[in-house]
Formats: sequence, C-alpha cells, structure tokens
Amino acid sequence: MNGFLANAIIYILAAIICVPVAKKLGMGSVLGYLFAGILIGPYLLGFITNEGQGQDIMHATEFGVVMMLFLIGLELEPKNLWKMRKLILQVGLSQVLITAALVFGIGLLLDVQWQISLAIGLSMALSSTAIVLQSLKEKNQMNGPTGKLSFGVLLMQDIAVIPILALLPLLIFGEASQVATDTSGMHGLIDNLPGWVQTLSIFAAIGIVVLLGQFGFGPLLNWVAKTRLRELFTASALLIVVGISFLMELVGLSPALGAFLAGVILANSPYRHALESDLEPFKGLLLGLFFMAVGSTINFSLIFNNASTIVSLTLGVIVLKTIILLVIGKTKKLSLGSNLSFAIGLSQVGEFSFVTYAFALQLGIFDQSISDTLMAVTALSMTITPILLVILDKAVIPAINKSHSISEKEMDSIDEHNKVILIGFGHFGSTLGRFLRANGVEATILDADPDRVEFLRKMGFKVYFGDGTRAELLHSAGAEEASILISALDNTEYSLKLVELCKEEFPHLEVMIRAKNRYDAFELMEMGVKNIYREHLDTSIRMGEDVLKKLGFRAHTVHRLAKQFRDYDEDALKVLMSLKDNKEAYVSKIRQQIEMQESLLNGELMRKFSVNDHTWDSDSIKEAEKTS
Amino acid sequence: MRKVLVLFAHPKFEHSEANQALIQAVDGLENVEIRDLYELYPDFNISIQAEQEALFEAQVVVWHHPVYWYSCPPLMKQWIDLVLEFGWAYGPGGIYLKGKYILNAITTGGSQEAYQHEGRNKYRIEEFLRPFEQTARLCHMNYLAPFQVAGTHKISASELALKANEYKELLLSLRDEGDLNSYQNR
Repeated sequence: MNGFLANAIIYILAAIICVPVAKKLGMGSVLGYLFAGILIGPYLLGFITNEGQGQDIMHATEFGVVMMLFLIGLELEPKNLWKMRKLILQVGLSQVLITAALVFGIGLLLDVQWQISLAIGLSMALSSTAIVLQSLKEKNQMNGPTGKLSFGVLLMQDIAVIPILALLPLLIFGEASQVATDTSGMHGLIDNLPGWVQTLSIFAAIGIVVLLGQFGFGPLLNWVAKTRLRELFTASALLIVVGISFLMELVGLSPALGAFLAGVILANSPYRHALESDLEPFKGLLLGLFFMAVGSTINFSLIFNNASTIVSLTLGVIVLKTIILLVIGKTKKLSLGSNLSFAIGLSQVGEFSFVTYAFALQLGIFDQSISDTLMAVTALSMTITPILLVILDKAVIPAINKSHSISEKEMDSIDEHNKVILIGFGHFGSTLGRFLRANGVEATILDADPDRVEFLRKMGFKVYFGDGTRAELLHSAGAEEASILISALDNTEYSLKLVELCKEEFPHLEVMIRAKNRYDAFELMEMGVKNIYREHLDTSIRMGEDVLKKLGFRAHTVHRLAKQFRDYDEDALKVLMSLKDNKEAYVSKIRQQIEMQESLLNGELMRKFSVNDHTWDSDSIKEAEKTS
Repeated sequence: MRKVLVLFAHPKFEHSEANQALIQAVDGLENVEIRDLYELYPDFNISIQAEQEALFEAQVVVWHHPVYWYSCPPLMKQWIDLVLEFGWAYGPGGIYLKGKYILNAITTGGSQEAYQHEGRNKYRIEEFLRPFEQTARLCHMNYLAPFQVAGTHKISASELALKANEYKELLLSLRDEGDLNSYQNR
C-alpha cells in the first residue's frame, strides 16, 4: 500500500471503525485511536510496514499537541493561570523531581550505569499531555480538581523538558555532543552562539510572543475578519500557531509551551471563540493521527521476545508513578476517587519521552536495545493507562462513592460558561445585554462585525467575534452548558438558520428570537419557536399609549388598554396561524400577508376594548339598584 | 375530598423566609392549587376570567399574604376589586361563591402579644381582618378562623418548620374533613 490517498484511506477507515466502537464501550476516543493504530500497525494488518513510518507520522502529528495547548491556553485567562502558579510549582515540580529521583535510584540499585539511569529517570517523569488532556476534556473534568491538578503537573513537565534536554548532553563527556546538537529536532539556530546570547534570545522570543499576543494578533485577525472569508481567518489562526512554534523551536523552547502562552494571552481577545472553533478540527485530526501513530509503533515482537522484562518494567513504572502522584494528591486533599483518577491518569510515560530517547541515543548515552525497550515500555504504558482509567471509572469509583454515601462536592470550576448566549449586539442586542448585566446576568455575546466587537470591547463589554449561526462556534461559546440562546439579529434568515441549528444540535436550549415583523414571527411560529419578540410591537403600543394620554385619557386606564391590546395582537397571530393550515396551498405569500393585515384591521375595528372593561365601574350596580 | 385554592400574594417572595417555608410545605399536595398572584400578574392586569374559573372549581379558598400596614399587599386588594364582580360574586345572580369556605393565612412581623388590646397594635388580628370577613359574607361564603405566623422577624428555624407543618396539616384537614364547623371564626 503506497501513495498518499491510499494511506489516508487506511488511517481514516481505521479511525472510523475503531473510535466509535471504543466510544460505545465507554472507553473514550484515545483508546479507540490507539487500537486503530495497533490494528493497522506492522504486527496485525501490516498497513504500516515498520515502526519507523509510525514514528515519522508521530513526529509530524505532534503538532496536534501544540494546537491542543494553544486551545487550552485560550480557555485559561491570565489571571486564572496566575492563580495556578503555586499548584504548578509545588505539585508539578515535586512530581517531576521525585519521580526522576526514584527511577534514578532504582536504576542504580539494579546496577545500571548512572548516566543511563538519570536519562531514563528524567524521561520517565514526563506524562502524556495528549492522552491525559484529551481524556479529561472528553470526560468534562478539565475544571474539576482532578483536571486542575493534572494540568498543573503537565504544564510543569512541559517546562521541565527544556532543562532536561539541556542536561542530557552534559551526561557524556566531550566528543559525542557535537554530533548530537545538529540531529536533535529540538535545538535550533542558536546552539552555536555563546550562552548569554542564547539566554537572551530565549527571553526575547517569549517577549515577542507576549507582545504579538497583546498587540499584533488582534489587529491581524480584525483585518482578516473584515474580508468575511472564513478560510482566510482559519489560515490566520494556523499562521499564529505555526509561527509561534517556529519561533520557539528556533530558540530551543518547547513549541507547545509557546503556543500555550500565546493562547493564554489571546484568552481575553474577542476572537477567542472563533479561533477555538476554527482550530478544533485540526487539533482533533492531528491528535487522532498522533495516537494512531503511537499505537502503530508498539513493537510487539520485541514485547513478546522480552515479555517478562517489558511487562514488568511497564507495570513498575505505572505503579511507581501512581504511588508518587497519589501521595501528592493526598497532600492536596483530593478525595479518594479524584485522587485515583489523577494518579492513574498521569501514570503513563509521555510522548515527549520518545524525543528524549532519540536524543539520548544520538548522544550515545543509550544503545539501540535500551532505546527500543524504553520505546516499547512507553507505548505500552500509553495504551494501558487509558484502559486502567476505564476500569477505574466504570468499577472502582462507583464502588468508592457507594461506600462514602455522601460523595464529596467537587470544587467550583474557574471558567464557568454563562447560562445565556446572546447573538447579535447591535442596538437591540446591546440594550438587552445592558439590561441583563444591570441585573447581574452575564451573557456570552457573539457578534459578526469585527469593528463593532473591537469598539464594544473598549467599552468594557465581553463580546466575541464570530458568526453565531455556526455550530462549532456555538459549541465553543458553551452552548452545551447554556440554557438560553437569544437571537437579537435583525436578519431573519440568520435567525431561521439558527433555529434549525439549535433544533438539531442543542435541543436543550430555550431559544428566544427577535422577529422583524408579524410575517417573520409567522415563519418562526411555523418552525415551532415559542418565544418570539416582534421588535415593533411594544414600542408602537407604548407610543399609542402616550398619544391617548395626551388626548386626555387617564394613564392607568390606558395602561390596561395597552396590555389588553398587546395580548389581543399576540392571540390574533396564533389564530391566523391556525387558520392558515386550512387555506389552499396556491395562495401566494404576499396574498396571505395582505389577508392577514385585513383581518387584523377588521378585528380591531369590531372590538371596542373600553366597552368591555367594567372594572371599578358602578354603572351596573346603579342599574340593579334602580330596578329593585 | 375538597379542592383547595391558595391565592398567594407577596411582592418580594424571594426575600421572605417565612412564606417560602409555608409555600414549600403545601406545594404539590393533592387537590391543593397555589396561584402565585405576583408571578401571574406582575403588571396588576389580573385575568378576571382565569381567576373566576379557578374560584369556581375550589371549595376552600385561602387568601395567603403577609400583613402590611394592617392589610394585604395591593395586588391582593386588586384581586378582590376585580375578580369578585357584581353579578358574579355578589348582587343579583352573584351566587357562584355560595357555600365555599375562605380564610386568611397571614404572616405578621409583630408578635402575638402585639396584636392584643393591651399590645402595641391595640387590636387583635381578627379585628384587623374584618374587611376580609365581611367580603366573604357578602359573597355568601363561610369565613374561617385565620392562620397566623406571628413575629416573623425573630422566628427561629425550628419554630418556622413547626408552623409550616401546622399550615400543611390545616390545609389537609380543610381538604379532607367532613364537617368544618370547628374551624369557624370566633
């Protein structure tokens, strides 16, 4: 099997078959992809002929991890990251150092050369960002205590990668280091420069990312958004992520870390949800491929030949990491269930270890057999931990919760999505939004005009750029967790599209729609919308009220008449709606509208409200007294 | 089994612990309908038709409200003004409420002692409620003794729970007991 198309078909088919099955079995997509990879790998169906090919794909698709961190950064505002600083430092650092130290010690006890032990220890301390975060997101636990702790550890590990890669060359003396620096993927242009220049350029690169994030990306996206070409916006989003990764690699930093930083800076930007929805599919595909590549690199012949060594090593690593994490979780007062899923979740060896193995191999610290064994252990651990997590979720945690009949309450999430999504922030929407805000209800606001978004942002409104009639954008705006969706759009076609979309994708949402006039309201009613607000109804009646008052009517009487009229008008619309079904189909829409208007006007003339309103009148009592 | 209709009027229900406890205790009971008037008619435009239909169905009616300035909140008075129509509730042909039972269920900030002839409010609560009593009589209804939760500013949680339960038991008795003579107003 050769050629790009054929390969693409194999990968996609494997994913389409395995992932839904895994999901059906309640295992999450990560395991599905891993199994798909194993299935098409060299040891089962053999579509991928050797592990080398798998590793190539893995390196190429590692970019999915970068994108994932960018997207995670987008959801984390700087002030929330700052709140996490202690967590990242304490929990993350202690995990990395203790794990590395213990593995190092065990290595020494087993009489492994100290350099090798140290390199292994440092590699083993890392966990798989891709697997852990993907699983957490799927289980919707990112904002829970497990999610926060896991994220803190993973972020620290990503930072730790830099000193680890810097440390490895120091483990050997002299001659081999020269070879290594060129071949490693992680080190860039500046390696041959003196140390202080390197340090300086690292800070400069971070500074550039921060500055661009604050002042560069916004205007760029605004400029692109005005062209109203969606693909151009997507391209710009990609440019941001790829550009940052490139810059980071140039100075030898982790691209994932840089992308995360850029994401955090852009978290306050109006383009946040638009970026999220545009990059999400890329991230998903790349990560899927990445997991499949991991699955395909598992060297089963090696595992079967050295079954006892590799299996015991894998289980040993998982158990060791789990115990360390359990202790850390305990000090952070996690409940038993949360602590177990935190510890087991992070107990695999991560994808980044593949890089350190390769690097150590080039440096001559490892020989080929050690590297192969470690690769197998790592890939195996990446496959086993998701399985362990499934067992944990399905069997263990329910049992724990049963014994602690009052399950402990989870921490409040930092980044709670709003209950209300407001689409369209023109005159209508902004008045509505101000009213809601005045009463302490914050809505997630979307608007498709980039200039207006910028302006409103300056006025202190949290408005996001984007076309609210796109499902992905609504997803990232939190439509799943919201309960009310308001369309304040003046374009009824968009509103109709939105209603369709909500019916299909978010049936739980209460949809409230602004309608231009009676005819639009009619169409919306036909689609089953319950909450329709004709924009002219209230204002015109209010004006009429004032006219009557100026003509000498008493205010309270007019107020009651106005209310009755409004109720009548709403009812009349419903009556017309039910009549419409009986009419012959050939009556044109215009004709219908004219008839509607006519019957409304007739009805109003026939009906004299003031005659019907007898409250507080004594005429009838007087009448009765007279006759008696 | 009689049908009980609770007409509840509180302009700031969300801030009234006492009334929340009372309403919670009787909410969802079989054959007990609660009409939350301030929720139904925030603009005071009471639907006379709907209210008369609800009255027609019920055999026991409760005016449930806090006492403000020795009377009911304005929407309750509006309800009396609009719903109890001449020719329907009283006057010639006004026979639709005949024989039904009605009572006030009230919460007062003042204590039981304040509502005594020697107390701060100088009159007993039954005396303040005379307009309701007479309204009932004009509509040919049997006016029953009021249910009162007094001293709501100081009431303890356990006392309130006790009163809420008492309210529930009262409504259940009014719903189920054959003879309601013992509940007549003294």
